[in-house]
Amino acid sequence: MTLKTLIGAASALAMTTGLAHADAHGDNAAAMKALKDAQAAISKALAALGGGDAMSAGAAYDFPSLEGDQVTVVSWGGAYTKSQVEAYHKPFIAGTGAKIVSEDYNGGLAEIKAQVEAGNVTWDIVDVELSDAVRACDEGLAEEIDKSILPAGADGTDAMDDFIAGTLDVECAVPTIVWSTIFAYDSEKMADGPKTIADFFDTKAFPGKRGLRKSPKANLEMALMADGVAADEVYDVLSSDEGVDRAFAKLDSIKDDVVWWEAGAQPPQLLADGEVAMTTAYNGRIFNAVAAEDKPFNIIWDGQVWDLDLWIIPKGAKNKDAAMEFLKFSTSTQALADQASWISYGPTRKSSAPLVASYNSKPDLPMGPQMPTAPENFKNALQNDFEFWADNQDELNERFNAWLAN
Amino acid sequence: MTEAATDRPFVHFDGVQKSYDGETLVVKNLNLEIAPGEFVTMLGPSGSGKTTCLMMLAGFEAATSGEIYLKGQPINNVPPHKRNIGMVFQNYALFPHMTVAENLAFPLQVRKMRRADVKAKVARALGMVQMDDFGNRKPAQLSGGQQQRVALARALVFEPELVLMDEPLGALDKQLREHMQYEIKHIHEQLGVTVVYVTHDQSEALTMSDRIAVFDDGVIQQLAPPADLYERPDNAFVAQFIGENNRLPGIVSAIENGVALVTLDQGPDVQALAVNCGAVGSRTMLSIRPERVQVNNVAGPNRLDGHVLELIYLGDHIRCRMQVCGRDDFIVKVPNSPEHAMLREGETCTVGWNTDDCRALDLAPGAM
Amino acid sequence: MTEASYQATSFPASPTDAQGALLAADGTPLKLKLRQSMRASRMRAFGLVLPLLIFVLASFVIPILVLLWQGVYNGTYENDMPRSAPIMRAWDGASPPSEAMAEAMVLDMVDARKAKTIGKVATRVNRELSGTRSLFTKSARRAAKMEAPYLAALEKADKDWADLETWRAIKIAATSLTPAFYAAAVDAKYTADGAFEMQSEERRIHVNLFIKTMLVSGAVMLACLLLGYPVAYLLAHLPMKTSNLLMILVLLPFWTSLLVRTTAWIAMLQSQGVLNDIFVWIGITSDDSRFSLIYNMTGTLIAMTHILLPFMILPIYSVMRAIPPSHVRAAKSLGATNWTAFWRVYFPATIPGIGAGGLLVFILSIGYYITPALVGGQDGQLISNFIAYHMQRSLNWSLAAALGGILLVIVLILYWLYDRIVGIDNMKLG
Repeated sequence: MTLKTLIGAASALAMTTGLAHADAHGDNAAAMKALKDAQAAISKALAALGGGDAMSAGAAYDFPSLEGDQVTVVSWGGAYTKSQVEAYHKPFIAGTGAKIVSEDYNGGLAEIKAQVEAGNVTWDIVDVELSDAVRACDEGLAEEIDKSILPAGADGTDAMDDFIAGTLDVECAVPTIVWSTIFAYDSEKMADGPKTIADFFDTKAFPGKRGLRKSPKANLEMALMADGVAADEVYDVLSSDEGVDRAFAKLDSIKDDVVWWEAGAQPPQLLADGEVAMTTAYNGRIFNAVAAEDKPFNIIWDGQVWDLDLWIIPKGAKNKDAAMEFLKFSTSTQALADQASWISYGPTRKSSAPLVASYNSKPDLPMGPQMPTAPENFKNALQNDFEFWADNQDELNERFNAWLAN
Repeated sequence: MTEAATDRPFVHFDGVQKSYDGETLVVKNLNLEIAPGEFVTMLGPSGSGKTTCLMMLAGFEAATSGEIYLKGQPINNVPPHKRNIGMVFQNYALFPHMTVAENLAFPLQVRKMRRADVKAKVARALGMVQMDDFGNRKPAQLSGGQQQRVALARALVFEPELVLMDEPLGALDKQLREHMQYEIKHIHEQLGVTVVYVTHDQSEALTMSDRIAVFDDGVIQQLAPPADLYERPDNAFVAQFIGENNRLPGIVSAIENGVALVTLDQGPDVQALAVNCGAVGSRTMLSIRPERVQVNNVAGPNRLDGHVLELIYLGDHIRCRMQVCGRDDFIVKVPNSPEHAMLREGETCTVGWNTDDCRALDLAPGAM
Repeated sequence: MTEASYQATSFPASPTDAQGALLAADGTPLKLKLRQSMRASRMRAFGLVLPLLIFVLASFVIPILVLLWQGVYNGTYENDMPRSAPIMRAWDGASPPSEAMAEAMVLDMVDARKAKTIGKVATRVNRELSGTRSLFTKSARRAAKMEAPYLAALEKADKDWADLETWRAIKIAATSLTPAFYAAAVDAKYTADGAFEMQSEERRIHVNLFIKTMLVSGAVMLACLLLGYPVAYLLAHLPMKTSNLLMILVLLPFWTSLLVRTTAWIAMLQSQGVLNDIFVWIGITSDDSRFSLIYNMTGTLIAMTHILLPFMILPIYSVMRAIPPSHVRAAKSLGATNWTAFWRVYFPATIPGIGAGGLLVFILSIGYYITPALVGGQDGQLISNFIAYHMQRSLNWSLAAALGGILLVIVLILYWLYDRIVGIDNMKLG
């Protein structure tokens, strides 16, 4: 039954993402309907993750010997990088004998651009957001990746069908996880906590500072959802000047109470220090604070904005071949499933889902309900529209910065 | 205080002591009285305590014990700016960001003098040091001698009754220094101010002073007018510090009417004035000025053999180094005139002196 | 006096040429002879500084010039759309787009898509008009299949091609040598018909930030002066041994890593931090109205003052050390009270140090961005943070270069003003 629901979800999502990301223009209503169906399907599929009828992992990937090779892997640091180290790096090092240098960054294409333009590319494989992946590809900053080299799923499904449909469309990137921007609070400091995204913007009912990422991305969407815009209308509204004004007006209502964060590791720290009463965050970071450090944080999933993370290989990477091997391994069924047991980001391969059971050190903590895509969490969710941001980020960033500074 | 005001000393150091570290005294029990209008020089090697005395008088150092009086009033607790004492510093201490005229106006402005008066007084002071045309210059645009004059004018412009000078000519070249000495002396005579002058240069002290206080080791060794100091030094330090001096060690064998009979260590008995030589049997150091030594035509009881080692022609006189009584640093100045003997190197001659010109003094430390 | 008389004496026997210039013994003009004899030593001196000169040129001057050049020159469009660029530049910006413009556009898009440069072009045009990025990337995908008439084909692919604004944005992007970025750096907009207009109110940011940066730098400079001057005075008037020891404390911020320092500030200043705890304990404030000392302008001011304090203390200290104590004594002996002696004699003598320290602190604060970024929160951001932002995040290097160029000009103007008012030779750095 698990397999069946998953395939259902897959086809639904294939439609949706295809429409939403690729050459879609025109029929929004149809796309949105498809998205809703997809969400329902994914929810069902992921709910089954805790079920435990995992199938045995097939020999999906064979390690070549890369003795003497080295790969520089760049990611976002903190608990997220740790999950990658545990699930990707360690087995890869053990299997191939290659060396891995792990570096942290804060997102964006600046460093990659600088390296490529200087002709001295020291990063071999980089974890980027979807919008950056598309942009890197368009601007020739990333190597094209032939998707046919990706190993088949553990259940024998061809890679092209195994990945959530549409996610392989970016020519130079391979997706790894589904993550989400949510907001969280400290349940010890706030007994009767917030329930909806509107509560986040209600400083009268829930007094205290708010943590927000210093970027318009996700903030504008959340502001509109809190202002009563349905998730599937958010980008329509944002496409007009009035909609942008409306979003900024909503942000304005809490501006004086905002503490801005930039690195993903900051929000749990802000919460723990009592610097903020609630904060937006990447869901995995909050989960990690709860699971690994026993922090009494609660995640509010209402109004979450979800996105993909992908690997890209910068154009002219010095260790391109080894990086490609690393990419193949780390996006294999088992590796993706392993990662999901370290942090609550959903794997992008359907065949990984059944292999994810519980948090690595706590058998009684099933990962399923922690995922952004779990049905309970997915009721009012919005996928980040990379195209909208690629088109409008200059203008919105500028306006956001002006708004911040004035 | 029963004496009339005019008899009171203008400046009076009364048992003043100074210590910086609580262990050693740099000034030991200083007693000094300076009359109004007097030019007194404190002379001594560096570290002798002379500058410290001046600074205590100016108010920049506090006396550790004792009291300093100015016109009969104790001033230990009067801050420097209320003492009304003019001061000329070693490196002039002109304010570099002010013009010459502004420097001179400064003491008048802080006394809240009217602007017109200030202008007149500044002009007069500049005239006094012949610097009339330099009012708008900055100190850095002046030569050392010019800066010196400005510093002098500044110390005098507010008409203090007492002016202190701390080695004011030390940085000038020899010619200019001598010229300035006369200038300062003339201004002193002209204005009638009391001057306390500190220097380590004896010729400067001799040229200008009414009286000289010779400092050594925190103590005044001798306080006397320049001629007395040179002609009649009280002790071996003064004799040695002021002018050139031949020294011959010996033992006092008799004293009669202030004249001591001294047995030289390597020579005959000679006579000298018993100034500071202790009782019969004590060791003494005879002191004779080189220009008072007679050569060949010696009259009187003091005769010694001299062996000419070196002759230096100096124009007005010939400087002759001889070996006398086993010491080869005996200097004789022979006037360059026909009636004096012409000496030749290697020659042996007779040297001698009048008893009044030879003083039997203490054995100063290091005098051997 | 005497100097003048020395100068007046010259040697009347020296031979001169027709113009009256002095000749050397062998008959060549003396000046020429002097130059010849100096040449060897000049060459040696030049040889000694040559490595440094090359280093400075290669690592400093040239990169800065290149960066400044980027502020007025952006050849992205011209390089990657070679057919379209000249035609677009020639277009008047008002008449309807021609078939020739459309044809060049389509052919260029086909090539750019193959060469993977269409993203760059799209990003460049998108800076002029939001939304054109997807227009370009989408249209480029279909361009290969388009056939004449191209204008109709483009408009069929996306109705935005019918909009004159789109073509105008392209015309601006097609001009490589452009004042557009400098205009943007002062919150203006360079339009297709070559005019400038101010940005809409809610998008103006840079001018305010420049002013704010100046004010913050001035405030930091003033705070450094007020805090640093007494410290420098104390250090300058203590015995060498003691002052050297205390100097270590002054220099400590220099030797602390940025992260340690920042962490320390956060621990000190945050609302649950040491300082606020003390305030609550003393009773200056209550537990629920703690002061916000970090992640705002206060945090920026405190942190920048702290880190820049040594730059103020050191020059003032070295100037004070060189002031002879006799100057103040002279003033006092001339009748000045302690305050008058300080204000009219001592203080003016320290102005070179204050000038050097002030200029140093001011110019450093203008360029500071890491500290404000870490502890400044939203309103503690300065212009340098935006330069960094455009360098690292938005990748709009041309705008960053324009902002940097303006900042450089401001600093040079300040330097010139300083030279006029205080005099640059009056500056003592130690």
